[in-house]
Amino acid sequence: MSLDESVTATDHDVTTPVTPREGEEGRRSHSLLTGSDRRTLTLMTAVPSFLHIALVWIPAIGTFILSFTNWNGVRWSSLKWVGFRNYEQLFTVFEKDLYESLFNNLWVMVALFAIGTPMGMLIAYILDRNLKGSAIYQSIFYTPVVLSLAVVGFIWRSVMYSPGQGILNSVLGRTDPGNQIDWLGNPDFLIPITSEYGLSKNFMALIAAMIWVHVGYVMVLYLAGLKSVDPNLREAAAIDGANEWQVFRQVIFPAMRPVNIVIMVITVITSLRVFDIIDVLNNPIGTDVLSILVTDNILGESGNVGRGSAYGVMLLLVCFAFAIIYLRNAFGEEDQ
Amino acid sequence: MTVKRWPRVLAHVFLIALAVLWLVPLVGMVFTSFRPYAETSIDGFFSWPDSMSLDNFRNAWDRGEMGQHFIVTIALVVPAVALTLLFSSMVAFAVSRFSWRFNIALLMLFTAGNLLPPQAIIQPLFQIYLRIPLPEIPFISNSGELRGSLIGLILINTAFQSGFCTFVLANYMKTLPKELNEAAMVDGASVWRQYWQIVMPLTRPALAALATLEFAWIYNDYFWAVALIQQGDDLPITSSLRNLSGEFFTDENVVAAGSLIVVLPTLIIYLILRRQFIGGLSLGGTKG
Repeated sequence: MSLDESVTATDHDVTTPVTPREGEEGRRSHSLLTGSDRRTLTLMTAVPSFLHIALVWIPAIGTFILSFTNWNGVRWSSLKWVGFRNYEQLFTVFEKDLYESLFNNLWVMVALFAIGTPMGMLIAYILDRNLKGSAIYQSIFYTPVVLSLAVVGFIWRSVMYSPGQGILNSVLGRTDPGNQIDWLGNPDFLIPITSEYGLSKNFMALIAAMIWVHVGYVMVLYLAGLKSVDPNLREAAAIDGANEWQVFRQVIFPAMRPVNIVIMVITVITSLRVFDIIDVLNNPIGTDVLSILVTDNILGESGNVGRGSAYGVMLLLVCFAFAIIYLRNAFGEEDQ
Repeated sequence: MTVKRWPRVLAHVFLIALAVLWLVPLVGMVFTSFRPYAETSIDGFFSWPDSMSLDNFRNAWDRGEMGQHFIVTIALVVPAVALTLLFSSMVAFAVSRFSWRFNIALLMLFTAGNLLPPQAIIQPLFQIYLRIPLPEIPFISNSGELRGSLIGLILINTAFQSGFCTFVLANYMKTLPKELNEAAMVDGASVWRQYWQIVMPLTRPALAALATLEFAWIYNDYFWAVALIQQGDDLPITSSLRNLSGEFFTDENVVAAGSLIVVLPTLIIYLILRRQFIGGLSLGGTKG
């Protein structure tokens, strides 16, 4: 990593283009950094970067490489290169696992986009009007976000979904044995796509808990975005006789493009990352997702590092596509 | 902007209804955890609480060996948060206050790293951890290798979380006036002094917000611990909650009480530092 000679703090402000003042065009050529300063700076970046790259990016590349092997993970000598065979098997032998998981990841995404995200946006939009008690509403909707998703799984199972004494069955009067609704144990389809695949009832029950968390997250991000929208825009549109929906659709929403992109990417990534809430409930039948298939293959015996990695590659590919969108959004204007 | 009266009333009705709905699982958790299973399983959730006690909490604490797991948690969270903030602020300082060839690329790497699903990198990471030996030190490394050790857990949490923090801090530091550095340079302050005595104090609001957020995130981590720790005793509190759910029979009330104990530290800190929590998240969501 070679440090540049110059010591200009990044002076391009993102929002207001600054015209270069006199004597500041380009980089300053005379060096103000001493040798020891340069060493300090190099060390300051190198150590954290090494850790991050070694434990995040090297494994990310490793996932691609290992996906072309057949390996139980015990000894190097047992590692065999098998080309694309893991991928072939995913689409043949393990077709059922793969499609069920892909569908489930997709259901989470659809549910968050159709319900969770718009709800969070709507709440933020209303709260942005300086309503009384806005801080209290915000605190309430944000509370689930500070909880661990694993604990959220436990809370929903023991409090909401417990067949014999849960709140839902109590409200519905279905707590008697024989008459109970087993919210988390019923893998029948709520929305069938084919005879084999669809949205299972117990997975929908888990999605409800995920929405409970997601709404507050989106609300906070959106609220921060709304604060940055020029209030005059709204006033002007209102004076022009636009109704509430038109103001939102034609003025606010387009002005919020950067935040919209962040929320879209976060929603997609959340749906790829879903794991804790399913694993902590012992992975009921019908609730497999990609991340579960990856981890099922971690340990030797029945597991296969190669196959697990192939599932991991699928996660990575979708993730990369959206990471690029995110990066372009966050850095786009800074690239010269 | 002022809103007419009726829409305002309507907005409150809508928000109150939704807020009540949102509180149901939490209030339900508190209510359930104070009542014995024998009572709620017969009378149902909506019944008068004849006997309320702390028995479920005692039970969850003992059965879940929570004292032990809380100690592990503190030993994980404190160094991990400190290290994450130190590392991210150093990188953020270098990329935002100086211009050199790869600073944008490096920042992008950190930012993208924070978006990866942890499960997508676990297979190779697990194999790497298996193959890095550590001296056996009680508590810090019980297993003799990075896998199963507290050090391994601290390192991966730090490496992973520093993606988000670097992004946020770099955006924040960019907004500080660059004259600060120049003046310091003229005074002959070293780079380290500029970082530690000039830029860091000015970054305090962002650091405070991130510290709060990272405390919650690392405290709440479930996946890294479950994947990389194999001894049940070495699990931090969140992932140890699994022990409370027996395969065949589960006392829902004890589970509720256990959940309440586990979320209590985050909830308390959230109630006190609500502003930091929300601020930290907004910092990451919007452009710097």
